[in-house]
Amino acid sequence: MELTAIYYLLPALFMFCCGVYGFITRKNMIAMLISLELMLNAVDINFVVFNRFLYPGAFEGMFFTLFAIAIAAAETALAIAIIINIFRAVRNIDVRSLNEMKF
Amino acid sequence: MDVTIPILILSIPMFMFVFLGLLGMKMTHKLAGVLGCLGMGTVLLLSYYTAYVYFFSGAPEFVNAAGERLQYLVFDQTWLQFTDKLTIKIGFLLDPISAMMLVVISTISFMVHLYSMGYMRDHHGVYEHGFQRFYAFLSLFSFSMLGLVVAPNIFQMYIFWELVGASSYLLIGFYYIKPSAVSASKKAFIVTRFADLGFLIGILVLSYYTGTFNFTELTSVPVEGIAGVTQIDLGTAEGVRGIFANSAAPMFMGASVLTWALVLIFMGGMGKSAMLPLHIWLPDAMEGPTPVSALIHAATMVVAGVYLVARLFPLYLMEESALVIITVVGAITAFYAAVVACTQIDIKRVLAFSTISQIAFMMVSLGVARPEIHEGLGYMASMFHLFTHAMFKALLFLGAGALIHAIGSNDYTAMHGLRKYMPWTHITFLIGCLAIAGIIPFSGFFSKDEILSSCMGYDWVAYIWMSLVAGLTAFYMFRLYYLIFWWKEHKIPEGHHAPHDQPWTMTLPLVFLAAVSCVAGFIPFGNLVSWNGHPYDFMEHFDWSVATVSLIVALLGIGLATVMYRKENSLPEKFRNAMPALWTWAYHRFYWDELYMFITHRIIFGCVCRPLAWFDRHIIDGTMDSFAAITNKMSDVIKPLQSGQIQMYVWYYLVGALALGGITVLCLL
Repeated sequence: MELTAIYYLLPALFMFCCGVYGFITRKNMIAMLISLELMLNAVDINFVVFNRFLYPGAFEGMFFTLFAIAIAAAETALAIAIIINIFRAVRNIDVRSLNEMKF
Repeated sequence: MDVTIPILILSIPMFMFVFLGLLGMKMTHKLAGVLGCLGMGTVLLLSYYTAYVYFFSGAPEFVNAAGERLQYLVFDQTWLQFTDKLTIKIGFLLDPISAMMLVVISTISFMVHLYSMGYMRDHHGVYEHGFQRFYAFLSLFSFSMLGLVVAPNIFQMYIFWELVGASSYLLIGFYYIKPSAVSASKKAFIVTRFADLGFLIGILVLSYYTGTFNFTELTSVPVEGIAGVTQIDLGTAEGVRGIFANSAAPMFMGASVLTWALVLIFMGGMGKSAMLPLHIWLPDAMEGPTPVSALIHAATMVVAGVYLVARLFPLYLMEESALVIITVVGAITAFYAAVVACTQIDIKRVLAFSTISQIAFMMVSLGVARPEIHEGLGYMASMFHLFTHAMFKALLFLGAGALIHAIGSNDYTAMHGLRKYMPWTHITFLIGCLAIAGIIPFSGFFSKDEILSSCMGYDWVAYIWMSLVAGLTAFYMFRLYYLIFWWKEHKIPEGHHAPHDQPWTMTLPLVFLAAVSCVAGFIPFGNLVSWNGHPYDFMEHFDWSVATVSLIVALLGIGLATVMYRKENSLPEKFRNAMPALWTWAYHRFYWDELYMFITHRIIFGCVCRPLAWFDRHIIDGTMDSFAAITNKMSDVIKPLQSGQIQMYVWYYLVGALALGGITVLCLL
């Protein structure tokens, strides 16, 4: 059996859907952050796969993924910092309690 | 000539305005006044020096070998450059009339600055509120007026023209808590502004056809060999007429376009110089402090219209009809104002109407001036009368100010018999009255006589008409004089001290101006000012028969006034009862104000503005209001969508993205 692109893309799609589901349903902000990372990683897999199968000689997709991983790490650190500050302020990291920013 | 002095003449008053306007409240009243006087005194000396150098130095840029006076452009700086052709410059043109006006303006302005030091304080020596502001505005006015007279191009003149209008507005409304002063200032501004609309259109028409704003390019030819020197030449004006005549549309509504341009420019002059029917603002402008009336509404600003016509005089010579319009407007105004002045009881209003009448004299004089009639005597007579009138009318106003200051009322029924109490004021006022009535040897006799001579040369109807007005002038001035200083014994109200002469700061200007009024008639004015700079001895054109007639007419007027008003009697009452209708009409100034009120309120406001206001309020505002209301309602409806719940937003986004994706896919299929 030859491993075609679809064998990589379908798990990535599954990962992405899991991320979306988690982001919408989980009320804990840490869990939402994890779901977000899941979506990002699914996208990273897509980059690598498309690079590997569509443009075998090129490396742009690979490098793009490396950068995305680095930026995702930084973004996670930032998000954690925000969440910690929110916790200090309201003693809670439930996203439903953060509804001050409305009309 | 060096540019330093002309620049200083303009910049010192400008600087005083900014300085006193910004820092006036930080200093004492007296310091502000002294600074204002010092600044204006410097300008006075510099102006006198400039005029002296211009008239008497004999330098080749001022006078040519034949003794003809030239126009010298001291400097001309580009100020606004819109395109290659359309450039607006600021400059300083020295010629006979601008040099003469420098003298007039700086003299009167300095006298008024000095006089106000005494006038703008009460009997306990306390300065009036806003004293510093008053001096700042006086400086602004002096700056604008000086800039106006030295303007080498019509656009600079227009700018300063508006500036004098604005400073006049500010000074009329100086007592801004008095509603009558506020409405008078608004009236003055709106009426003159309306007239300036015509002026602006005239400027645009003229410069559109000729392609220039410069006076010298419209009326003069350059003198060979010296840069910036020009000489008045009718050939240039004829060239301008040729440009108009050869243009694509030389006629417009039955008159040539040049006539239209000149008449529209004259309309600006009518507004500033209070000619009928745009005279209504000047009597009300007397609400301002009296020194302001002397400076702006008698001596300088109101003659700007005469000055404007004199500036463009060679062009006016090209269009007979424009000059006839000027003559007719002037003649009607002179008579009208003289009749009204005979019935007014407010001292300043009498003087205001007399000013209107005298300015109309100058206008008539310009209107009848022709090069072939006594070598253009009318032009020179007009400028001469402008000069002498500025002096004696400022004197009369300042004298009236002294009376008002002493009595505390404008109404001269409260004055009577003041000659014993205020001897200085009495003597100087009498000299002013004799000068305006045209009694030899006071200055008014000479200038008025030349005006009558040139009228005589033009047409005998004009001569008789203007002589009649001159007789009326003598009558109403002496009516005023007798009612103030004679009539009956002065009754001092209970608890008041007797009226007395004023401090020296007020007496000195009176004495100085009275002295000038005594001797100014002997100035050989024809050597200094003439329409083309060519000097001549006006005594050659002095017609003794005209002089005798006008003297007799003036004496008749004075005699009639003496009979009627010297001692308290019932003659005025009988006179009034004999012609009640005429008296009532004249007293109410022939109902011009009511006519304007009717036109503006009933016709313009009622028939035009009210429907427009309805349209604006209901249709235009209604449309905009309904937009706003719909937006408001919509936002109320969709507001709950912004719940603050992030996960809801993600839902909306997801559904939206999927829907868009689905639609895209469907379309592609």
